[in-house]
Amino acid sequence: MSEQSPSAAHDFIGKEYAAGFVTDVEQETIPPGLDEAVITEISRRKNEPDWLLEWRLQAYQRWLDMPEPTWAKVDYEPIDYQAISYFAAPTGDKPKSLDEVDPELLRTYEKLGIPLHEQEVLAGVERDPNTPRVAVDAIFDSVSLTTTFKEELQEHGVIYCSFGEAVENHPELVQKYLGTVVPPSDNFYAALNSAVFSDGSFVYVPKGVRCPMELLSYFRINAQNTGQFERTLIIADEGSYASYLEGCTAPMRDENQLHAAVVELVALEDASIKYSTVQNWYPGDEEGKGGIYNFVTKRGLCRGARSHISWTQVETGSAITWKYPSVILRGDNSVGEFYSVAITNNHQQADTGSKMTHIGRNTSSTIISKGISAGNSSNAYRGRVRMNPGAKQARNFTQCDSLLIGSKCAAHTFPTIESQRSDAIVEHEATTSKVSEDQLFLCRQRGIDAEKAVAMIVNGFCKEVLRELPMEFAVEASKLLEVSLEGAVG
Amino acid sequence: MKLLELRGLAASVDEKQILNGIDLTVNAGEVHAIMGPNGSGKSTLSNILGGRDGYTVTEGEIELMGAPVNGMSVEERALTGLFLGFQHPIEIPGVTNMEFLKVAIDSHRISLGEEEMNTRDFMVQVRDISKRLELSTEFLKRFVNVGFSGGEKKRNEILQLMLLQPRLAFLDETDSGLDVDALQVVARGINEFRSDENGVVLVTHYQRLLNYVNVDFVHIMINGTIVKSGDAQLAHEVETHGYTGLGEA
Repeated sequence: MSEQSPSAAHDFIGKEYAAGFVTDVEQETIPPGLDEAVITEISRRKNEPDWLLEWRLQAYQRWLDMPEPTWAKVDYEPIDYQAISYFAAPTGDKPKSLDEVDPELLRTYEKLGIPLHEQEVLAGVERDPNTPRVAVDAIFDSVSLTTTFKEELQEHGVIYCSFGEAVENHPELVQKYLGTVVPPSDNFYAALNSAVFSDGSFVYVPKGVRCPMELLSYFRINAQNTGQFERTLIIADEGSYASYLEGCTAPMRDENQLHAAVVELVALEDASIKYSTVQNWYPGDEEGKGGIYNFVTKRGLCRGARSHISWTQVETGSAITWKYPSVILRGDNSVGEFYSVAITNNHQQADTGSKMTHIGRNTSSTIISKGISAGNSSNAYRGRVRMNPGAKQARNFTQCDSLLIGSKCAAHTFPTIESQRSDAIVEHEATTSKVSEDQLFLCRQRGIDAEKAVAMIVNGFCKEVLRELPMEFAVEASKLLEVSLEGAVG
Repeated sequence: MKLLELRGLAASVDEKQILNGIDLTVNAGEVHAIMGPNGSGKSTLSNILGGRDGYTVTEGEIELMGAPVNGMSVEERALTGLFLGFQHPIEIPGVTNMEFLKVAIDSHRISLGEEEMNTRDFMVQVRDISKRLELSTEFLKRFVNVGFSGGEKKRNEILQLMLLQPRLAFLDETDSGLDVDALQVVARGINEFRSDENGVVLVTHYQRLLNYVNVDFVHIMINGTIVKSGDAQLAHEVETHGYTGLGEA
């Protein structure tokens, strides 16, 4: 509907997915295919203890018996799990310091604006003494390249490292908590992840410590025909606090690639975890070719009384998103939150939402979901709020808003409430609105071009969620919304 | 300087012919009123000038600031100096009035090759205009037109007019739905805006706005064409005798 000149259209195509480049490094991969030998090989390459190999193999056996879930409102060709390679890493030993990292890899992170030197700051963030610093764990395909500010964090007793290092150096913590929130048998993709997971991040914040900086894990898929199966485990001990951010990108490729991660959060008594995601995996092209299948299981356990877990996600990428960050509110007076913005454009499909399971007394949860659909895309909110018999005076508030841009996209809402308490308070509000021709005409008549107008309206629509993001990420997320919606009008 | 020239303009909406040959010239320093009964094509004229989708010029020509508008997008026409005041200003939930105004003024400045407006200067200017229009600063923090009264919506249009300082303001029924007090405030805004450099076209159903704004020309529009033009006196004739009888003039 907007009258765009050919050059404007060209500019748009040129900048649509800035992170779509490929890094040319030598890689070693395990050939495609999945069986016990492949799992044993992954475990061997990672020098894992026997108990972990055993854990993987059990998960694999479970997985073999599980059907792939088909209930989500997404549509794709069957995945051939034997055609995927389950491990890819740049060749050579793990670098001991940044000087040993392949310069080509360093340039990759430079291009992405992710600081791997401790004196650097995130791209787009002005250096301000009041800006909290950010420690980075950089995961490239199946391995972590480096983790910054490790020593300084250690002084506070905070462990922030790759999952592999945690297995090596803190096996007792890993063994104690791994799979306690998302057991291998939880679902098809969680079982697959448990069998083949490669690297991811590990965080442990000791009793009473407030983690002095933001922790950022940056996931990059680079290799072709490989899946990424990271595993993240965050434990906040009594009275501690951590804010963790994750970002992710991948090159533009014609084939679909599978990403099946598992994230487990454990908050003990009076502990608080804030987990923020800006998901920008390659979404595929305008025709719907290529893009990442993002099939992720994220769950937090409020184990102790008065613990607090908050998920904030901005989902702009991926061809298909299947993701329900959830909280199990076991501790009395614990609090769970889910703030989400999910944007789909072109042929993207998203089925995302949250589950809040109230077990403890006086627990409360909030779900704010903002879905934006444009182009030919489909965007579904799926949520489940459950009040168990012991959840005396539990409360939930859910607000679920959909915004449609154009006439070929779809928005769906699938909320479920299961309450076994008569004293529970459960509120659900839902709205659907459309960016109207009249709104666009008003904006354009005031000199604001159509894409800018849409970005402004969408930003306004998501404001409540965006303000939950740490400042470092909010700027980035807001820009990303704009880029994701380019071509949504016109 | 000719700000607007219509020569034999005919136009259709969804293939229905609405405008049937309009000739009109607006020069800098002039205020025109276009009056006519409902359904005479006044709002269509506004949309066709703005370049809105679905509105098609079937014959004749439109020139803005001396150049034909053929092929110009809605925003290009706006940036060349055309401002449309809307009869029913639309709501934009989630976007604050302040934010909307800032993006709008910056779009104008960027098109002129200037830098974005300094936030402090912007605030000072917007607060000043708001005050003159008797709008509280609280009003600037609210979402664009959301929950505004009819009078507030129209004053908000005038606020945008005064901030953006267009060359030609085409105000569609800016007076409708206003009580006498609000009407006077709106009229005051228009009077403050008008200058030797710009032009104003007031589209109105009634003569009452013209009690507060002095117009140079009055045009009577019926069935998609201007049937009679004259000076302010013509508006009084309409007030006394109605539109019937003018159609065949």
